[in-house]
Amino acid sequence: MSGLQEHLPILQILVPLFGAILTAFTRRGITAWAIAAIASGIAPFISAGLLIRVLETGQPISYVMGSWAAPWGIEYRVDVLNAYVLLIISLIGLISIPYARKSVATEIDSHKQPWFYTMYLLCLAGLLGIVITGDAFNAFVFLEISSLATYTLIALGRNRRALLSAYQYLIMGTIGATFYIIGVGLLYVVTGTLNFADLATKLGPAMATHNKPILAAMAFMTVGISLKLALFPLHVWLPNAYAYAPSFATAFLAGTATKAAIYLLARIYFSVFAVVVPLKELPVSEVIIALSLAAMFLASITAIFEQNAKRMLAYSSVAQIGYITLGLALANKMGVAGGLVHMFNHAIMKTALFFALGAMAYRTGLGQMSSLAGIGRKMPITTAAFVVAGLGLIGVPGTAGFISKWYLAIGAINHGWTWLVFMIVLSSLLAVIYIGRFVEIAYFREPAPEIANAHEPPASMLAPLVILAAATIYLGFDTRLTGGTAQSIANYLLGGAP
Amino acid sequence: MIEWEMIAYHYNYYITIFLMVSGLYIVIARGNMIKKLIGLGLFQTSVYLLYLAPGKIIGGTAPIYDKAYQVYSNPLPHVLILTAIVVGVATLAVGLALVVRISEEYGSIDEDEIFEQDEDQ
Repeated sequence: MSGLQEHLPILQILVPLFGAILTAFTRRGITAWAIAAIASGIAPFISAGLLIRVLETGQPISYVMGSWAAPWGIEYRVDVLNAYVLLIISLIGLISIPYARKSVATEIDSHKQPWFYTMYLLCLAGLLGIVITGDAFNAFVFLEISSLATYTLIALGRNRRALLSAYQYLIMGTIGATFYIIGVGLLYVVTGTLNFADLATKLGPAMATHNKPILAAMAFMTVGISLKLALFPLHVWLPNAYAYAPSFATAFLAGTATKAAIYLLARIYFSVFAVVVPLKELPVSEVIIALSLAAMFLASITAIFEQNAKRMLAYSSVAQIGYITLGLALANKMGVAGGLVHMFNHAIMKTALFFALGAMAYRTGLGQMSSLAGIGRKMPITTAAFVVAGLGLIGVPGTAGFISKWYLAIGAINHGWTWLVFMIVLSSLLAVIYIGRFVEIAYFREPAPEIANAHEPPASMLAPLVILAAATIYLGFDTRLTGGTAQSIANYLLGGAP
Repeated sequence: MIEWEMIAYHYNYYITIFLMVSGLYIVIARGNMIKKLIGLGLFQTSVYLLYLAPGKIIGGTAPIYDKAYQVYSNPLPHVLILTAIVVGVATLAVGLALVVRISEEYGSIDEDEIFEQDEDQ
């Protein structure tokens, strides 16, 4: 077994990648689903194994591809930060896969189903690859693997606008990835290396002679990745893409895709640039805080006025990403921990919310808020789970969202910006309005005739939803997995600075 | 005084930047979806030049380990760009496939016309 354990980092990628190849040869949806289920089932165990090992030893795991030693060959480097993000992504994959069967079977034509699962597994492999690799160019390749799979998943939505959304996302996503690769190229010209750890050591001396290309690289990479993670105002692709994608794709992507991009931003800032670039001289963190605040308020306000339920949650995602980037930009221990905790909590809550909407669409075929009037009486468990996850999004005490906001608030106070705490609370009140609006429609209105026959979704869709709703509550009380790990990551990233 | 020598040494970078900016401009300014993809392709391709130009040393050979050769060009940028070309081709293929589907559904590939159609509903 020790031989296998040594190869865990590469298996993390190979399992979904081989799964994708196998599903491409199947002709029936159920066979493809079974392969996807096995691959998604193995992935979290590998991530958990990596996280446990990294936490026990306190040392990063280095895996050298093809025996080419680190700065020359491609290195997979697992430390506490990416082991944690790997676990988030693979857990969402695991919890989504039982839901996928019925949801995909109704929304995707049967001859396209095997391809749908191929794209899902490629997307999973790409996202895990972005997170696990220690090589800047390799990260770009995985970024494009996951993105191309994502465009396809979105385009398979039933509404023809899904095609348009996928096309717009393709244009913007490619511009983002190309910006990132321009930045990597500039760094490579200056330092001659692509390895993140090696870059951190070589950029310091290079900074003395070539500071302009390095700063330009930083700008290109920041803007490029911000496009991918939908930082306000580069979020315009996200609402349509999430609104018209198939239910399962939306739920999976909302939990994972932006998280991988946020990880990449955190990696280049905390592990590469923070080491060398005098960030204090540049208002990078102030700019990102300002954009995060704009996301928290403007995207939430847009969500309040949105009529389509999935688009409402998509705008809410933009706002919630604002909280994560806010915490990371504070760049102190509690702030970074808060951002990381919220990555986990948001993945769980937002996936639960999209599962609930997907279940409603499965029974009724409807997605407009007003048409779902009275759904709370017809599908009580689904709606209750939606409300629990919604309360988490607001940050009500006793839910996971409260823990993230608690950390963020302490981070803001430690930064000396008490007013930021009021902004966090104020923006949470906006979430009360948009979640509250849905609750009012779902519970206090007479059921419309269109939903007269609606009832609870099949157990395979209901169970993942209920588990995630339960996790929202559980993670509001037991913070060892999220808060504890996030704090040790923050300690590790900030190198003992307060 | 214009530093001609400086410009001559960096002219490949000027061309790279010109291609980069014109590609990005086409993506933003054109409403025709195929033209947008052409601009996107131009934008991506210009980045290949950004990588390849610094890898070449005048008089340098391929890295052949032999006493006869002293100056080597770095082969790694070529390998990286080979990968980036594959990525670019795949992106273009997915983009064109989407445009074909959009054309089937909307009967147009002009963004403004398509947005108008969806507003009518």
